[in-house]
Amino acid sequence: MNAALSPGHVQLRRWLVRAGPIFALVVVYVLFASLRFDRFVTWINTEIMLQQTAVIGVGAIGMTLVIISGGIDLSPGSVIAVASVVVALLLQHGCSPLVAALGGVGVGAFAGLCTGLLITRLQLMPFIVTLGTMGILRGAAKGLSNEQPIYPDETWLNSLMKLQHHNLPAGVWLMVALGAGIAWMLRYTKFGRHIFAIGSNEQTARLCGIHVGNTKVLVYMLATAFAGLAGVLQFSYLTCGDPTTAVGLELNIIAAVVIGGASLAGGSGTVTGTLIGGMIMTVVNNGCAKMDMPNWVQEIVTGFIIVAAVTLDRLRRKAR
Amino acid sequence: MSERVARLRMQHVKKAFGPTVALADVSLHAHAGEVLGLVGENGAGKSTLMKILAGVHAPDAGEIQLEGEPFTPCDPLAARQAGIAMIYQELALAPHLSVAENIVLGVEPGRGGMMDWRATQALARRALETVGLGELDSSLPVSALSLAARQLVEIGRAVVVGCRVLVLDEPTSSLAQSDIARLFKLVAQLKQSGIAIIYISHFLEEIRALCDRVTVLRDGRSVCEGDTKQFTDEQIVGQMVGRDVSELYPRSPRTPGEVVLSIRNVQGEIKPQRASLELRRGEVLGLAGLIGTGRTELLRLIFGLDHAVAGEIQVGLYSGFGSPGERWKQGVGLVSEDRKLEGLALDLSIAENITLTTLRARVYPAQQVEHARRWIERLGIRCHSPEQPVGQLSGGNQQKVAIARLLCHDVDVLLLDEPTRGIDLGAKATIYQQIDALACAGKAVLVVSSYLPELLGICDRIAVMCRGILGEAHPVSEIDGHRIMLEATGTSAPFL
Repeated sequence: MNAALSPGHVQLRRWLVRAGPIFALVVVYVLFASLRFDRFVTWINTEIMLQQTAVIGVGAIGMTLVIISGGIDLSPGSVIAVASVVVALLLQHGCSPLVAALGGVGVGAFAGLCTGLLITRLQLMPFIVTLGTMGILRGAAKGLSNEQPIYPDETWLNSLMKLQHHNLPAGVWLMVALGAGIAWMLRYTKFGRHIFAIGSNEQTARLCGIHVGNTKVLVYMLATAFAGLAGVLQFSYLTCGDPTTAVGLELNIIAAVVIGGASLAGGSGTVTGTLIGGMIMTVVNNGCAKMDMPNWVQEIVTGFIIVAAVTLDRLRRKAR
Repeated sequence: MSERVARLRMQHVKKAFGPTVALADVSLHAHAGEVLGLVGENGAGKSTLMKILAGVHAPDAGEIQLEGEPFTPCDPLAARQAGIAMIYQELALAPHLSVAENIVLGVEPGRGGMMDWRATQALARRALETVGLGELDSSLPVSALSLAARQLVEIGRAVVVGCRVLVLDEPTSSLAQSDIARLFKLVAQLKQSGIAIIYISHFLEEIRALCDRVTVLRDGRSVCEGDTKQFTDEQIVGQMVGRDVSELYPRSPRTPGEVVLSIRNVQGEIKPQRASLELRRGEVLGLAGLIGTGRTELLRLIFGLDHAVAGEIQVGLYSGFGSPGERWKQGVGLVSEDRKLEGLALDLSIAENITLTTLRARVYPAQQVEHARRWIERLGIRCHSPEQPVGQLSGGNQQKVAIARLLCHDVDVLLLDEPTRGIDLGAKATIYQQIDALACAGKAVLVVSSYLPELLGICDRIAVMCRGILGEAHPVSEIDGHRIMLEATGTSAPFL
């Protein structure tokens, strides 16, 4: 009785899905290293690349949850802007840096709560709802800041993204720690497994007594809280609250998740894949810059990588 | 017998959705260690009844007792915890998750929100052994399993949480013969272990083979109930439809005309490996065989949906392979086996679906509705209006819409893939009548079906597919179910 594909075959495919992004990262790295070894392969450039990945990476960890659950969130770019503005305003009004940072994250989480409730209670399409919140939050950021960047006094928040020379910036460590935490959560908690179940087959999840609505609300809250945190990092990087920052960044974040091997149809995805996906995009951008290529070349190359990633994913699926 | 406290007893259950009465008055009971057959046409209220039992809907009136205790599940989880397990027709598994995870889904072992992977594996192992899949690797994703194995996994999921009532909703509708035998053995074994089983099916021979008692539903009422042995098939069917169905398979005298479809040594990328046949006007040709042997693929290949690597196809005067668009123009139409995913646009209206292939550059909605009205009347499609979305219709009526599209297009060659799968007897009868009428009018019909009595009832000739190779077509008078099965399982050389 041919009950299943051979276990070896399935293991091989699983391994291919896991290793694909790492392999791609090595390829692009080696490519640029062989082209411009002197300027590309240095400690300081490596540190810069990791620093550049941190904001997208933290946002993408949250996005991974949303995409695994079968949803999509277009608001992270705007959440990052509004969070950076909120942090700056709170600092200006004399709050402690910790309170300011929590304020930024909290604004994100609140936005996610609203989106999540709209999506689950009113059965609205995530794409449309978050397209709406994207506009609302961008407008709110501009309104709160009178359309001007806000420069508060310097605190330790500004040093989160500072290059350290002997150590990596705190923001990078934060990304790694959060990534590890979420990867663990996805694997070892019921909440994590329920996210996969919902993305894989929502009807089934409901039938098995999983609280689909609450789980989804929590997923959107977590995702936008991470975007809020990315906003705090962005504030630290820019040393100001800027309402016009991170326009279109949500697309880079989604791209990182997809390059990392997640399926936009839901049910699959990994945090490590996502972070590597983010790294691939940074390496390409950085490498092109070191090659003195103009900006438009970088954009075209990044676009091709996204298309290549989904094509590969498609071929992997067809190969069974 | 009736003094004993039943495992499950439903009494005078009523349920209405707005003005539509789904259940008017249903009573049934099932004892521990007993299989109760539940039969009725689609729309008779079976699924509503099961949803009430599963805690999806609450009844408007009536009482449900579990072991004599009142039972009012407020949600699916409560029903599951009380020991009610449902195996739906559309299997409810998460394809990306592993077998083990699917088995424990919703009742994951572990404390404080943590997954206990070791306990999960142990539970999965026990469940798989119960259902006879002991050798299966429980870390495989469910998407790597065959349909039959998935169903067994789902039954395992029900059993492992200690179910007391197991409901199987048409479990054999998409299984091959060998898997059906395996399922029957498992059901008998579960019955022995003291579970009360409710078995829903359209196939009376299954009810007869498996069920101790039978309850018949019609129009939301339980119309008759008793030991299976005390009824004849005709009595049960008569109760189901409330009318005489002795003429289920009409067969008017037909005369085969010239050949309209001829294929020679056609080979697909994987399946079929070799297939030749000739189809004449005024003829119904059946394709029998086990599921997954390449019958569907052959139809898709003829219709240009799949790529052929070798062979010749001739449709009327046209020779060669063609795209679906060209096939429609050549007067060939296909009804897909999967009406939900492929056959119909569920969100679009009946009119849109019927006229989809006959649209001209300029579309006149009023004309679409007019066309649709004619077919709705002719096929007896039950609906509010031609503008109603197809997704709201019952399975049988959806299938009639799918066939109406071919009739509206006035095709000469009809390729029908499992045209009566999962639909009720009334709708089946309508479809058989249409097939008969079409053949009499000189159309050619090629039918794929896994239901032998149906093929034997409606076809003029039957060809059997075995492991991708299509055998010779035999006149229906020279073949019977037994010989078809022999040929389908490859246990004897094809007849000459």
